[in-house]
Amino acid sequence: MQMTGAEIFVKALADLGVDVVFGYPGGATIHIYDALFKNVKVRHMLCRHEQGAVHMADGYARASGRTGVCLVTSGPGATNTVTGLATAYMDSIPIVVFTGQVPTLLIGNDAFQEADIVGISRPCTKHNYLVKETKDLARIIKEAFYIASTGRPGPVLVDMPKDMLAASARYDLPKEVSLRGYRPTYEGHPRQVESAVRLLLSRERPVVYAGGGVILSNASGELAEFSRALSLPVTTTLMGMGAFPGSDPLSLGMLGMHGTYAANMAISNSDVILAAGARFDDRVTGKISEFAPHAKIIHVDIDPTSIQKNVRVDIPIVGDVKDVLRQMIKLVKGKKEATAYRGKTAAWRGQIASWVKTHPLTYKPSKGKIKPQYVVEQIHKLTKGKAIVTTEVGQNQMWAAQFYNYEQPRTFLSSGGLGTMGYGLPAAIGAQVAMPGRLVVDIAGDGSIQMNIQELATAVQYRVPVKVVILNNGTLGMVRQWQELFFDGNYSQTCLPRIPDFVKLAEAYGAKGFRATKPEEVPEVLRKGFAADGPVLIDVITDPGEMVYPMVPAGAGLTEMLLV
Amino acid sequence: MRHTISVLVENEFGVLSRVSGLFSGRGFNIESLCVAETMDPQVSRMTIVTSGNDQIIEQILKQLNKLIPVLKVIDLTGVDTVDREMVLVKVNADGDGKQEVLRLVDIFRARIVDVAPRCYTIEMTGGEGKVLAFLQMLRPLGIREIVRTGKIAISRGM
Repeated sequence: MQMTGAEIFVKALADLGVDVVFGYPGGATIHIYDALFKNVKVRHMLCRHEQGAVHMADGYARASGRTGVCLVTSGPGATNTVTGLATAYMDSIPIVVFTGQVPTLLIGNDAFQEADIVGISRPCTKHNYLVKETKDLARIIKEAFYIASTGRPGPVLVDMPKDMLAASARYDLPKEVSLRGYRPTYEGHPRQVESAVRLLLSRERPVVYAGGGVILSNASGELAEFSRALSLPVTTTLMGMGAFPGSDPLSLGMLGMHGTYAANMAISNSDVILAAGARFDDRVTGKISEFAPHAKIIHVDIDPTSIQKNVRVDIPIVGDVKDVLRQMIKLVKGKKEATAYRGKTAAWRGQIASWVKTHPLTYKPSKGKIKPQYVVEQIHKLTKGKAIVTTEVGQNQMWAAQFYNYEQPRTFLSSGGLGTMGYGLPAAIGAQVAMPGRLVVDIAGDGSIQMNIQELATAVQYRVPVKVVILNNGTLGMVRQWQELFFDGNYSQTCLPRIPDFVKLAEAYGAKGFRATKPEEVPEVLRKGFAADGPVLIDVITDPGEMVYPMVPAGAGLTEMLLV
Repeated sequence: MRHTISVLVENEFGVLSRVSGLFSGRGFNIESLCVAETMDPQVSRMTIVTSGNDQIIEQILKQLNKLIPVLKVIDLTGVDTVDREMVLVKVNADGDGKQEVLRLVDIFRARIVDVAPRCYTIEMTGGEGKVLAFLQMLRPLGIREIVRTGKIAISRGM
């Protein structure tokens, strides 16, 4: 059947099961918008900025595990997606971004609204395409979704010149994808897996270091089963929050720059580390030469480039974390060695328990000022730990990671790798669209929220009932914290004296606004805000001097923590 | 240490920018890069000469493999190979120098491919050492311009 490129686009998305596209129209994509107008299967959500659209697709993907989709026009529409693409790329999030492009004959002419988005996005996408013939469009769309969602997931961009969308071709969506240059490895090499288990069992001070890969491969169940079988203490990265239940006695919480004392001490004193779907980021390792000096390292990752990149690895295993953990479970489940091992490592767990006890995550409560940590604790209490939490970036992000106990995967959505301020609100909207029945809370800062505040209009238009809690300290808190600690308190450009009245702003957008200014108001204001219909913005005026602790200064070893 | 890496890629638009962008974006260096079609017109071969410690070379090989249009990556270092580079060089050829140029062309089994009143253009192929030696011998005579292809390499035997 002959169809226009625009019709092929819409039909292919429907056939691939896409239920929602986050987008913004323009001249180059106008044919698609006409086709969407006539289609009922694919719902389009109109955002207010293309960056917001990409973060929504990203939040949708993180919350649901399904690939998020975004559609924007050429030129500025396309360039506005770059931060969203880079965010998804750093955190390995499966999204497909479709960009309009000027007609083929004008490409390279500096035409109106032309940008070389394939060139621009090359280093921040897993792969990208320029459609050169309408007949290729369906195949390219199929490949784009396949590449985005398999192996180490990531964003894929498809650039579609306007004439390709107007021209006609036969609709031919391939059933299978075959790319000879792309064959991800899922099973771990059996001998490597055996050696890894043997190494683990031969040591006495083990730690599991679990990252976002555990969540991406839906391996939380396997991680819990394996860790419990051997009583292995588990620390997670920021991206791994929720990969292992935070309330489990084996959980050490987050490690790294703002990790728990116990997690950083455990890693530093361990004699074997099982790294699962984590990549030894600099915010995790601290000074690399002092990282885990006594430990042998087993590294499981689906992406070979992650292995041996930052640290020397003793046993590399390329494979999907879920598959590899299953292989490992088989080797230890119900075996005598497992029981003996739990006995042998009891002293180590005792040592860790004493670190947990002497240095828990804490803060000094105050009578007059609201402590941001207290707000996060209250959110946890009120939502019984069952909300999907998104964050912005900075202090709000760290407190959201530290003081909310994540029990389930896909409940903590945060821009970990790129650290994108303005991520939380659109991501919350995307997550809420994917999970309509869940409570979605964006824990924000007064700086970050202003970077994509316009998406409040999107939330209101589509009645997406996200709850935004602004930890409003009137500063760009994390940078201010560094200035306080390392730059003699010169608060250069980190004070925000002209913050809008967020309650009025919410109301101006048609959302509801609430405010808390005293500690005793917090529980009630949160309760009212979360109970209200539709999108809600809760402005909580917090102590501007509060800092995130523990803190490992940049470039220091993990044991050199500044404590409360 | 220097490595010669042979990369088979899909012969399609944009592959070269993916490869070169990978090197520049990650701070790897490229000493030379040659690319042309293979026997299969859908496949091109890139021969890249790069350098770095073992860890960097391992990253380069893995990162190349990660690119979707990359079909195969072979590190030819330590493999028995024949490698060649071609150089075109314009050199002064007047007076006594003329004879010396001719002698060197003969010794190095090079060819004169263009002649002007006071200047010869010479084509020479060889391994890296030979090319360097040739250029060194010509230098005192006055080299006006050098154009080099960069290295290509093929493994010996089967």
